[in-house]
Amino acid sequence: MMPVLSIPTLRSGLPDCRSSDLNVPVHRQLWLFIEDIVTRIQDETEGVPIRTVKSFMTKIPSVVTGADIVQWLMKNLTVEDSAEAMHIGSLIAAQGYFFPISDHVLCLRDDGTLYRFQAPYFWPSNCWEPENTDYAIYLCKRTMQNKTRLELADYEAENLARLQRAFARKWEFIYMQAEAQVKIDRKKDKIERKILDSQERAFWDVHRPVPGCVNTTEMDIRKCRRMKNPHRVKKSVYGVVEEGTQSQSPIHTSLHHCRKGTKEDVEKEILFLNTQLDRHCLKMSKVAESLITYAEQYMEYDPFVTTPEPSNPWTSDDPTLWDLEMSKEPSQQRVKKWGFSLEEALKDPVGQELFLKFLESEFSSENLRFWLAVQGLKSVPQQDVAQRVQDIWAEFLAEGAPSSINLDSHSYEITSQNLKDPGRYSYEDAQDHIYKLMKSDSYPRFLRSSVYQDLLMARKKPETEQGRRTSLEKFTRSMGKSLTGKRLTGLMQSS
Amino acid sequence: MGEMEQLRKEAESLKDQITAARKAVQDSTLQEAAAGITVVGRIQMKTRKTLRGHLAKIYAMHWSTDSKLCVSASQDGKLIVWDSVTTNKVNAIPLKSSWVMTCAYAPSGNLVACGGLDNMCSIYNLKGKDGNVKVMRELAAHTGYLSCCRFISDTEIITSSGDCTCILWDIETGTQKTVFAGHQGDCMSLAVAPDFKFFISGACDFTAKLWDIREGTCRQTFGGHESDVNAIGFFPNGNAVITGSDDATCKLFDLRADQELITYQDSSIMCGVTSLAPSLSGRLILAGYDDFNVNIWDMLKAERVGVLAGHDNRVSCIGVSADGMACCTGSWDSFLKIWN
Repeated sequence: MMPVLSIPTLRSGLPDCRSSDLNVPVHRQLWLFIEDIVTRIQDETEGVPIRTVKSFMTKIPSVVTGADIVQWLMKNLTVEDSAEAMHIGSLIAAQGYFFPISDHVLCLRDDGTLYRFQAPYFWPSNCWEPENTDYAIYLCKRTMQNKTRLELADYEAENLARLQRAFARKWEFIYMQAEAQVKIDRKKDKIERKILDSQERAFWDVHRPVPGCVNTTEMDIRKCRRMKNPHRVKKSVYGVVEEGTQSQSPIHTSLHHCRKGTKEDVEKEILFLNTQLDRHCLKMSKVAESLITYAEQYMEYDPFVTTPEPSNPWTSDDPTLWDLEMSKEPSQQRVKKWGFSLEEALKDPVGQELFLKFLESEFSSENLRFWLAVQGLKSVPQQDVAQRVQDIWAEFLAEGAPSSINLDSHSYEITSQNLKDPGRYSYEDAQDHIYKLMKSDSYPRFLRSSVYQDLLMARKKPETEQGRRTSLEKFTRSMGKSLTGKRLTGLMQSS
Repeated sequence: MGEMEQLRKEAESLKDQITAARKAVQDSTLQEAAAGITVVGRIQMKTRKTLRGHLAKIYAMHWSTDSKLCVSASQDGKLIVWDSVTTNKVNAIPLKSSWVMTCAYAPSGNLVACGGLDNMCSIYNLKGKDGNVKVMRELAAHTGYLSCCRFISDTEIITSSGDCTCILWDIETGTQKTVFAGHQGDCMSLAVAPDFKFFISGACDFTAKLWDIREGTCRQTFGGHESDVNAIGFFPNGNAVITGSDDATCKLFDLRADQELITYQDSSIMCGVTSLAPSLSGRLILAGYDDFNVNIWDMLKAERVGVLAGHDNRVSCIGVSADGMACCTGSWDSFLKIWN
């Protein structure tokens, strides 16, 4: 039976949680999960055999072996193998819900090592953040009791020395508290004390771990605000009430509570909800189909799923693959990718070049050149923006422009308006239109074109690197001959 | 009935209608649709490199677009740019404030950014004329810690903060362009869409929000998590969002169906998700957890297909390189590991 401490025991200190409650402890989910396991594992009929073990001239009460714990976990949790059971068991041990009786290091061993379960009073879910005064009281009282099992470990002795220096001025107070605790402890029966002492030690092993061990109470500093217990009451493990200022932790910033909704907030929400409602939801089957298609299409390009050719440079230390990617001679696989979407074709500099040359052969390259120019505009230094905006207008949109693009009147209107206050995104709308045009019109033709198809099918005799290079060169030369004055102007040099 | 009462009723009714609309399109589930797809098999990855050098917890890392360099931020007050292939440190940038929580690499490779408890986003120029790395800008306006930042280009960056807002900044002038307000809890992370027109944010109000960068408005809100959303990322084609939460689950939300498609959870996983990244095809989702492991999920079937165990403390950040060849994990144990 679990012993009762002089201080009232608590069941899980976890409050019911609402999503608007900013004071919910971060590990709530984890603790609930563990506490469920820990409760079941101690069940008299369904749990592990907790018993007293006779050793030399003493009895060790209320213990269970690590092997028993691992076996129970494997049987009662959905785990694949003992490694997974060990992983979960170690997690539970690290949080201090059970502990080895002869060691400060909180880990689980799948052998005859003896473990004991932690008292609910000391459970992490009570949001203990014990102060150093409590720790000082604890170490101090250990030195008062004449038992070998209570001897301080080296690191504990060092900690005590440090605390004595830090609390020099109130050491008398700490000493008195320690004495009081020793008195209370003495009143309990021997077996009970053995158990309680070990549980108390395990508590401190969690909150003041052995140097080198992971401190599981360490919080992500972004969540520290929530580490403070939900009731915001400072509490001492030993019921010590301290006068004096409570120092605020340096990371405790003022709370950004959600304000109670004002009328304006609700009106805004209604507006937002109305736009949500107006949106047309696609059918699940359709979006699922689209995700599946994408994943399947790209799986051969995913190095985690398909081993890349010739090898993954990280695995083989051979950078050939990276060199090939940088080269201007695209592999068939790479050329195939350009056919997946216009985005893919434009993403690859070689694909982009080929598409541009194809458009030039059709005398419709102004669309892509405009698109590239607008992309370039986005990275231009602020001082050059206004000029560049004008240049683009002059080249592509003004009346009689040399590379006049085909923009519908609505988009033209918007763009003209934007130009009253020229900025990097003045051509956003126009760019979108032109992109859609290329996507639906020129791009599909490009994919059907012989220049693309030839590369894709690697229609060369011989199928060697040499062959591919000369073929591309030939194409470039033949294109060069048929082009008139329409060369790439400085505007197309995207940064 | 008072006006407030009426308004609240209206809002509730709209919410019900939205829920009904979402239900109406549930003609299938992702798992059903993917039932016939071949399983992806057990994914086993090994540590290929360990980047040693930080002296304290690593809070964040980000790959450069060249897939070889990466930047990491640690509570030892340093931002380190690594050549992950050689494991050499290209730059070790000392920070004014050691309480750093996030870092980012600009797509151009010219700049890196970081921020944390100083409530600021500091931009560093890696390609300065004299070779020294200096602070280029300090973007200050947030009233809470900087949880995440991501570059749009060398001239714009988006930050998320513990003050519940996200901000789009003009780096050159150092001013705020747009404030994205709407979350009811600390914003923990953000991700920019592949087309750079949208971004998503995850927050401690248990939701994720999709924002239109140019319009400055919230387009969609996704709920369903039972605790803080710590990690967020786009599916590679930009049509879906993946979130990771303290409730020990990851979820996939589709933008066009406007709802959750699937949850990645296992009864034996009870620790919060700190970070996540999809593989190049999106078929795999790698998620870092508080229990020191990374779990690899089959995105379509919601099954765990692998575990990366190698860190001695919490995995705080993870990233898959742009070419998909490797993933990098950063941990509170002060090490970064490259896996594949």
